[in-house]
Amino acid sequence: MARTHITTVINGDEVDFLAEDSTSLLNALRDEVGLTGAKEGCGTGDCGACSILLDERVTCSCLVFAPEANGANILTVEGLADAGELHPLQQCFLEGAALQCGICTPGFLIAAKALLDKNPDPTETEIRYALAGNLCRCTGYDKIVRAVQEAAMQMREQ
Amino acid sequence: MAITEENPGYKWVGTRPIRPDGLDKVTGKAQFGADLTLPGMLFGKVVRSPHAHARILSIDTSAAESMLGVKAVITGSDFPDLVANGAHPMAIDVSHNAIARDKVLYEGHVVAAVAATTRELAEAAAKAVEVSYEVLPHVLTVDEAMADNAPLLHEGMITKGVDPAPDQPSNIASRIVHERGDLEQGFGEAEVVVEREFTTKPVHQGYIEPHAAVADANSDGRANIWCSSQGHFQMRADTASVLGVSQGTLKVTAAEIGGGFGGKTVIYLEPIAVRLSQRAGRPVKLVMDRDEVFRATGPTSGTRIKVKMGVSNDGKLTAAEVWMAFEAGAYAGSPVGAAGMTVIAAYDIPHFLVEGYDVVCNKPRVAAYRAPGAPMAAFAVESVLDELARSIGMDPIDLRLANAAVEGTQASYGPKFPRIGFVETLEAIKEHPNYTAELGPNQGRGVAAGFWFNAGMNSSATVHINENGTATVVTGSPDIGGSRQSMALMAAEELGIPYESIKPVVADTETVGFTDVTGGSRVTLATGAAVVDACRIVIEDLRARAAKTWDVEVDQVEWVDGQAQHVDGSQPPLSLDALAAKSGRTGGPISANASLNARGVGAAFSTQVCDVEVDPETGVTRVVRYLTAQDAGRAISPDYVEGQMQGGVVQGIGWGLNEEYVHDQNGNMENPSFLDYRMPVASDLPMIECCIVEVPNPAHPYGVRGVGEVGIVPPMAALGNAIKDATGVRLTDLPMTPIKVLEALNEQSD
Ligand code: FES
Ligand code: FES
Repeated sequence: MARTHITTVINGDEVDFLAEDSTSLLNALRDEVGLTGAKEGCGTGDCGACSILLDERVTCSCLVFAPEANGANILTVEGLADAGELHPLQQCFLEGAALQCGICTPGFLIAAKALLDKNPDPTETEIRYALAGNLCRCTGYDKIVRAVQEAAMQMREQ
Repeated sequence: MAITEENPGYKWVGTRPIRPDGLDKVTGKAQFGADLTLPGMLFGKVVRSPHAHARILSIDTSAAESMLGVKAVITGSDFPDLVANGAHPMAIDVSHNAIARDKVLYEGHVVAAVAATTRELAEAAAKAVEVSYEVLPHVLTVDEAMADNAPLLHEGMITKGVDPAPDQPSNIASRIVHERGDLEQGFGEAEVVVEREFTTKPVHQGYIEPHAAVADANSDGRANIWCSSQGHFQMRADTASVLGVSQGTLKVTAAEIGGGFGGKTVIYLEPIAVRLSQRAGRPVKLVMDRDEVFRATGPTSGTRIKVKMGVSNDGKLTAAEVWMAFEAGAYAGSPVGAAGMTVIAAYDIPHFLVEGYDVVCNKPRVAAYRAPGAPMAAFAVESVLDELARSIGMDPIDLRLANAAVEGTQASYGPKFPRIGFVETLEAIKEHPNYTAELGPNQGRGVAAGFWFNAGMNSSATVHINENGTATVVTGSPDIGGSRQSMALMAAEELGIPYESIKPVVADTETVGFTDVTGGSRVTLATGAAVVDACRIVIEDLRARAAKTWDVEVDQVEWVDGQAQHVDGSQPPLSLDALAAKSGRTGGPISANASLNARGVGAAFSTQVCDVEVDPETGVTRVVRYLTAQDAGRAISPDYVEGQMQGGVVQGIGWGLNEEYVHDQNGNMENPSFLDYRMPVASDLPMIECCIVEVPNPAHPYGVRGVGEVGIVPPMAALGNAIKDATGVRLTDLPMTPIKVLEALNEQSD
């Protein structure tokens, strides 16, 4: 089958890859680029485990065809830490025990980063709605919401 | 936090450091089931039945086999016939559930599988497999399955547990009974008797990670399997049985696991992946879609439960009569047994009869789901208790306190309870400000309690002291929610070295001793006890080495704060680092194994109070406040104990308000997606407040009971009781959707 050549910037680096037109960006990232941080929980846009930032917008990468990402700037969970220094969200998720199994964590971190980039001082309700596209079956969300609150506070103080 | 016994000054146990595997999980490095890629790896796809019940007439694989890039196609005939081999009935069921032979028993039942060079090709090849079926009449619920002349799933199924044995087959696999005293006398002594009937729907465990397995078979008969599982030793045993090979030929490595809740204690993809890999001569990856996860794995049982209970005016329960029927799905083995044991176990009731039926029907075979069987049973009994409390004008906590099982109470299922903390959880709720907080308009408050046994079972651990005095702690328990941290905390406490000096590792089936599944809330208890035992053997060895160095008797040496000390202080202490550095000269490397079958499990109790607001216009129930108190025995890792409590509660809220399997009349699931099978999201919920109660389990070195499961037992009744309090209507059919609430409200006002 014919494969399309796709040129992107992923986590700050120029990355080229080939993918069939029907391949999801999620599968291309995982199988072709080797970035398996984004997860497939559903493949239908309902769980958020595959969340990435596509040109700064939170996107379910399972709903995007790989060729649609040509020319795009992509951030995945692997690009969240800066030269080994964790993003405050990552640090607060660790300190606040905001993960149990951890399969949903990459998606939550991306969705929370997108929220805090736009709104540095969200209310609990705003956090809950901003994360409502991400499913977590383990935590009951309590510690996730608290970790985002804590990260927001730390980032405001910086 | 309520602590009923002073923390005896632990340095590490009970603290909240960062989990050892946390960094990998916040940076995307952790390798979950679907993340592994091997050189030359093929993608597999499973062919599933579109029918709920049908005879397989023929399977034509020729078109699929002739496609370019398709490397293997297999069907049930590629697996040994365990019936002919005289295997155990349970092994036969596991095998037939993994891949159908002559009949398919539910929509989604595996009939064939393919492996091809790409994902897309595998999907096309799976579609090209032609299966012809003779569709048979099906039964979907316990009511349909138990009806006279119901179509049979298994022509030879004679109900067990009935004397004399029935002479006709049926869909009832077994009957269980627990009884004590004299029901008539008990109900005669009651002032008020309440009788209600409840129904619940199948619900899925809902782990976010679909099942995934990679198999790499060698031509000499050996195979490696990587899979997302709650117990790789169990996977090895079941996969070997389905394949008809010796366990020793399979090596299973547990990937990081993206949730399980009981649903990943059973095999689905593993034997299929191995057979495909053998046929193709290349590694094969199989990953389920969400749709397949819903249609073919999990769920837990739909049920019908009748409860009749009597109470005296002073709040003493006099009698209970319970009748339960549980859907098992396609093969025997619903959790009705556990339901029967737990249903009234939290209370001391002199006269009772509990009767339960395990009923097969044309739905996926049920799998364990967090405290299997107990939540539905508790929904029924805890709702009736609420009615009883209301009818005698008693506070619902006081009613439970008046009847709560305590140390020495003979549990309804047989044994006497050792020390337990049920009363303490009730009191914790009663004393909490939430219990008396003011309620707004359309709001109501509900209380419910729950019991779960917790499990012990087999675990192994190995502790290696590294040359620099750090320690590697190896176990066979997949870490599903932070257990590496509790292993490390207990090891740090025992060895007297910093938590950061401990590296906990989950090893494959060839690197650590046999270990049962991560389930039954057993890992911190049983695997934890094995870790403690191994550490203690290491400490004995360290003391002996210090004694030798000092040329004194071993009993002159104590192990304190990570160093060997002479009892009278006559020698400078020898630290673990120093002893490790010299180990080559004192007997070689320092390392110990411990394996055990954990005895003395500690029963778990949870009491929960929930406040809801019910919109009288729409019937929507919103949870506005939630508090859970649970006896952990000892919280080794309080962060992750709270996590278990909160997660269990929220799964229960989903079960209570939203979640259900919906089937059409052909037996096809109508909502196999997260869009239509709606689990709670962050915006549906308030914070879940936790109160960890610690009544230590006398049988565990640190008092651990196990915390994973009991939290899901009370929520459905707590919600139902809160809705009753808010609206005056009693809902008895789960889930308590807006439409059902509205209907009940309308009926009430008529
Ligand atoms: S995998 Fe993309 S939303 Fe679930
Ligand atoms: S931590 Fe397991 S799904 Fe969120």
